[in-house]
Amino acid sequence: MLTYVAKRLGQSIFVMIAVAFLAFALFRFAGDPVMQMTGVETSVQEREALREQLGLTDPFPLQFLRFVADLLRGDFGFSFRTRQPVGEMILDGLPATFELGLVALAVSLVVGIPAGVYTALHPRSVASQGLLLVTLIGISVPTFVTGILLIFVFGVQLGWFPTFGRGQTVQIGWWSSNLLTPSGLRSIVLPAISLGTYQMTLTMRLVRAQMMEVMRTDHVRFAIARGLPFRTVHLRHALPNTLIPVITVVGLQFGGMIAFSIVTESVFQWPGLGLLFLRSIRFVDIPVMSVYLVLIGLLFVLINLTVDLLYAAIDPRIRIRGSA
Amino acid sequence: MTRVTKRIGSWIRNHEAVYLFVHSPLALIAAVFAIITVGGALLAPWVVDTDPYDPSTYRLADGFLPPAWQPGGDARFVLGTDDQGRDMVASILYGARLSLRIAVSAMAIATVVGVSIGLIAGYYGGWFDTLVMRIADVQLSLPAILTALLIDGIARGVLPGAQRDELRIMVIISAIALSLWVNFARTTRAAVFVERNKEYVQSSQIMGEHPARVLAVQILPNVLAPLLVIMTVDLGRAILLEATLSFLGVGLPANAPSLGTLIRIGMDYLFSGQWWILWLPTLFLVAMVISVNLLGDFLRDLFNPRLR
Repeated sequence: MLTYVAKRLGQSIFVMIAVAFLAFALFRFAGDPVMQMTGVETSVQEREALREQLGLTDPFPLQFLRFVADLLRGDFGFSFRTRQPVGEMILDGLPATFELGLVALAVSLVVGIPAGVYTALHPRSVASQGLLLVTLIGISVPTFVTGILLIFVFGVQLGWFPTFGRGQTVQIGWWSSNLLTPSGLRSIVLPAISLGTYQMTLTMRLVRAQMMEVMRTDHVRFAIARGLPFRTVHLRHALPNTLIPVITVVGLQFGGMIAFSIVTESVFQWPGLGLLFLRSIRFVDIPVMSVYLVLIGLLFVLINLTVDLLYAAIDPRIRIRGSA
Repeated sequence: MTRVTKRIGSWIRNHEAVYLFVHSPLALIAAVFAIITVGGALLAPWVVDTDPYDPSTYRLADGFLPPAWQPGGDARFVLGTDDQGRDMVASILYGARLSLRIAVSAMAIATVVGVSIGLIAGYYGGWFDTLVMRIADVQLSLPAILTALLIDGIARGVLPGAQRDELRIMVIISAIALSLWVNFARTTRAAVFVERNKEYVQSSQIMGEHPARVLAVQILPNVLAPLLVIMTVDLGRAILLEATLSFLGVGLPANAPSLGTLIRIGMDYLFSGQWWILWLPTLFLVAMVISVNLLGDFLRDLFNPRLR
């Protein structure tokens, strides 16, 4: 087990170094940072002095090491666009994106799991057919179109929910939350549904397939033969066995949701990381882009690592194969 | 007459693909939609007589006209006009044409790059194989939209003149291509792994043929079938990626609008009641993507008899 953990950790660190190198190369070679920071009237001498002062004349490996050291210390540099520290901008957007992702995840599970169980138990009913059709549409229609549709129906026509922004937020330390105010709660409904739809269809299809398989196993048949009530059989004996693969997929997909929130945040003008990233792309704000890249890389590496280690803890075969 | 219908009937029965196609209502509907949308887009210059890219054809007085069947509609503009007085039919068809051009070019590049890498990695193995497959693993765990956005962002930084139209289109095409190559590379590699130990490959190796020739002439034709399926499935993804990028405003410039750009522009009128400016391009995009996807599913089932 220890060799396996060490090996996976080593791989993750290697991937992070690669991502950091990519971010560094982007930062260093995409445009000249000195030209970005100075105005037209700066003289050549002053530029050279600044270049020296920023360490841009040092050997390449040394610059990279300094870049990594700065990242590790939490010093992310300054945005070209707003001149703010990048770290502050990221911390501003992080709570919004994280809360959106979390609520979307909750929506997808709360709807997806029961719907999956229902369609597995009553495959021929009209409601099941309808649900399956909805998932088909959910997969083929692009995320931004679902978002616009939601805005149009529930925001413009019915006027039930706000169509943009976070509503009122409450400050808890540096974390700003909109889950504690009524207007904030109303604001998050439409974006969360829009972001969670794809994940919901995925969860539902997975639960359905697993459930249909588990219902055929001996222990479930035996439970039915014992004359236990169907509700107990379905929910206590069958359902828990379907959830292990669901948890893995959901875990792996959470990173994807944070990335996909770029689209949702753009449709709903949600002031999170995705919107920040989009703006930085439009203004070629390289420092913000490279930090976002490192952050997303870290998120994906952590999620993958956790899932792999959990698997190894549950399933001894992976440990043996992995360390061999 | 009866002889002709009989002959058509037996022709359909003898050609399995045609038989299955005619007997699948979903595939037929999809094909009709695909012909209307894709055909309309490809033939746009001949279907409509106004060029939406030519500013001299706009007339502001014609702005915001609803579709012809609505009160206040104008028979000259069947689907109405946008804020500039541009004909919606022309905008949509030209936009779809641009979307398709980008998606198809991106697919072609992704296929060539992915298949070449997959062939070499599968045939030689070794460090190249390991490296490429690690990169593929990392890229697969990231959503394609993120990869495409990153490549687009990097291109903006590296090429300062990248705001020019033709160059922007090239950047978008390569961003989409680079986020789609993985599937092709992995599938090709897996197929080559199986093929390379077969006798026909070994015999041409013994005959001293150049490895490039063995790969291109002997192995490639035998791994084509699964690639065709990925191509159709990924065409839908490529169209969606382009639309999403343009919708986010990092895709194409507004003077050459693709479907995604039209939808983004239409968003401005979401609250003001000019529904056709937003919903008609959206509907066209969704119909096109769904029909392309359904045709892709049909092809997949056809090539994989186990699913039938």
